[in-house]
Amino acid sequence: MRIRILILAITSWALLLAQPQINRDIGKPGEKFPLAVPDLRGAGDAQQFMSAFNNTLWNELQGSGQFKLIPKTFYPTQIPQQPADFRPPVNGRNQGPWLTDWSGPPVNTNYLAFGYTATQNGQLVLYGWLDDVRQANPSSAQLLAKVYLGSLDEAGAKKVAQEFAADILKIFGAGSLMGTRIYFVSDRTGHKEIWSMNYDGSDQKQFTAYRTITNFPVVSPDGTKIAFTTYPMRAASAGHPATEGQPRIYLHSLETGRKLVYLNQDASMNAASDFMPDSQHLLIYSTLAGGVSQIYMTDIDGGGLRRITNTRSLEVEAKVNPKTGADIVFTSGRSGTPQIYRMNLDGTDVARLTDGEGDAVNPSWNPDGAHVAFAWTRGFEPGNFNIFIMDVATQQLVQLTHGAGRNENPSWAPDGVHVVFSSKRGSTTQIYTILADGTDLHQLTTQGNNIKPVWSKGTQ
Amino acid sequence: MTASQRMHASRFAATLLALMTLMLIQGCKKKPPPPPPPPPATAPAPAPVIAKPAINNFSAEPSTIEKGQSSTLSWSISNATDMSIDHGIGAVQSSGSRQVFPTTTTTYTLTANGPSGSDTRSVTVNVTTPPPPPPPPPSEPKLSSAEMLQRQSQDAFFDYDKSDIRADARDALTTDATLLKQIFAQDPNFTVIVEGHCDERGSAEYNLALGDRRATAAKDFLVQLGVSGDRIKTISYGKERPQCTEANEECWQKNRRAHLSAGQ
Repeated sequence: MRIRILILAITSWALLLAQPQINRDIGKPGEKFPLAVPDLRGAGDAQQFMSAFNNTLWNELQGSGQFKLIPKTFYPTQIPQQPADFRPPVNGRNQGPWLTDWSGPPVNTNYLAFGYTATQNGQLVLYGWLDDVRQANPSSAQLLAKVYLGSLDEAGAKKVAQEFAADILKIFGAGSLMGTRIYFVSDRTGHKEIWSMNYDGSDQKQFTAYRTITNFPVVSPDGTKIAFTTYPMRAASAGHPATEGQPRIYLHSLETGRKLVYLNQDASMNAASDFMPDSQHLLIYSTLAGGVSQIYMTDIDGGGLRRITNTRSLEVEAKVNPKTGADIVFTSGRSGTPQIYRMNLDGTDVARLTDGEGDAVNPSWNPDGAHVAFAWTRGFEPGNFNIFIMDVATQQLVQLTHGAGRNENPSWAPDGVHVVFSSKRGSTTQIYTILADGTDLHQLTTQGNNIKPVWSKGTQ
Repeated sequence: MTASQRMHASRFAATLLALMTLMLIQGCKKKPPPPPPPPPATAPAPAPVIAKPAINNFSAEPSTIEKGQSSTLSWSISNATDMSIDHGIGAVQSSGSRQVFPTTTTTYTLTANGPSGSDTRSVTVNVTTPPPPPPPPPSEPKLSSAEMLQRQSQDAFFDYDKSDIRADARDALTTDATLLKQIFAQDPNFTVIVEGHCDERGSAEYNLALGDRRATAAKDFLVQLGVSGDRIKTISYGKERPQCTEANEECWQKNRRAHLSAGQ
């Protein structure tokens, strides 16, 4: 009974807060939100897990790339543990913690995350808040107030810290990377196979074992399926060694790992391009018509073929706008060298987004449906790609890499601020993450060659 | 003894005595000269002989032959009435020659008989066995269709980011068309795959499509030249199977190609 009341209270409390979304410009450096995250304390048995909690919370927020975290040494001595701790100053004299302690010098933050943990019915409970400390009073300052439950151990403490961080990130229009998974192609076994890993490069796992050439993974928005392109091996027969068949689309469940039915077109080449937002349709490119690769849409089982492009030039790599589900960016050779185009799925409003110079390939939508990352050789010799981000509406560009290696295959993280891409900076190609402002580069892979990362939200 | 005899004897004795005295006296003075050589013996009159037979010469030229070759025996004999060579040659004249074809090393003996004796002489003809012949050249293995294709087909090369059939590709594919017609005629079940390849510079996705188009362009050209399109399949490898991995134009050109391989 007590628990039910508690849950009810939590639910209504959370619902009361219309969660504001703070927008920011993608890819502009120096736009990180100042955030103070003082160490939270735990009541009773909860305190022993607070070191793990505070480290996790700080690292998740720091690693998101969204924030300028204010160093803890600048923080005032009186730290609020709940909104009720705030005491407005009287006649300019402090009565207790107050918002201006944080918004003014030396902290100079805009945002403050605070709260405490305790034990309740053998569980760890976190009361967490986020305030915009520039506001006049605690009630208008409050952006987030939520209760989190976890097991009374270190794992539970980390879990509630990750969930709290994820909710804070959501306030700033960015999902947490927690639970996200990067799928990619690695040749470390001697064959190109699909692999997956966490966003920090940990837990790298082989997904396919087809022992042929497997490439171009795409993951459904609901996180339940993966499609890719492979050369199905045909067994050796009398006088003939085993050979690869023509490129075909394979569909697998990410829940069971099993291959699902997908009927390929009778064409010399079929390649997986993207899932539609409903996760029930697939964009593909195929040489079905006249031996020239064109973009099509099919049902999730390969039926219901629908032609999207209708040209005599090479059309590949269609990616659907995740916000509208109605327009695509893609790579086309219709004006000569491959360039990035945008058009509606019904064929209207075709526009070339790149200016025709060099090769522009590998478009990837930001979850905001407004920005596209892609690889471009502009300013360099053919083959020397760099990663660019374009605001599709204004066609304004931000260049993320500047000639260090061959940079390709950008894919946006679900948080909309990280980009994962592949880069050949030595003798091998490896996968890196970078923030959309070009900072915070991390190398995630080291073994073999690793290409074509796609950043999946995971099953949610 | 008669008187005259007596008288004669006494004269002889007196003469001898005088002579001896003279000799004695003279001997005291110097040596006597060496006696004259004896008169030459009178040569005995030659017996009326009949000479023994003699083999003056018996040779084989050459003395060493390879099996199957011949050697020539030559001989000359004197004073024989009956001459023969063994090994089935039989009677021969006193001089002559004879070709022989021994198959193994053979010693020929020439026997010459006459009323007053005989003579024999032997000559050996060495017969070498020639080294065993080298194994016959492997009977020209009948090339399988796949091997013919692999050895005799030519790649068609392309420009960067292009799938047009260049003049050199036209020549290569014309050769290929002739070859394919021959192979298809001799091997009714044979099919061929035209592989399309790209250099490493484009994106993998675009190259997949470009490689397909190159393969299709090459196939279309072959079909135009009368090759059965039903038996040609295309496959694009994009940039997955480069035959050269250096980062220079020479290498990139090698990779921008359509290549024929055997189907299944």
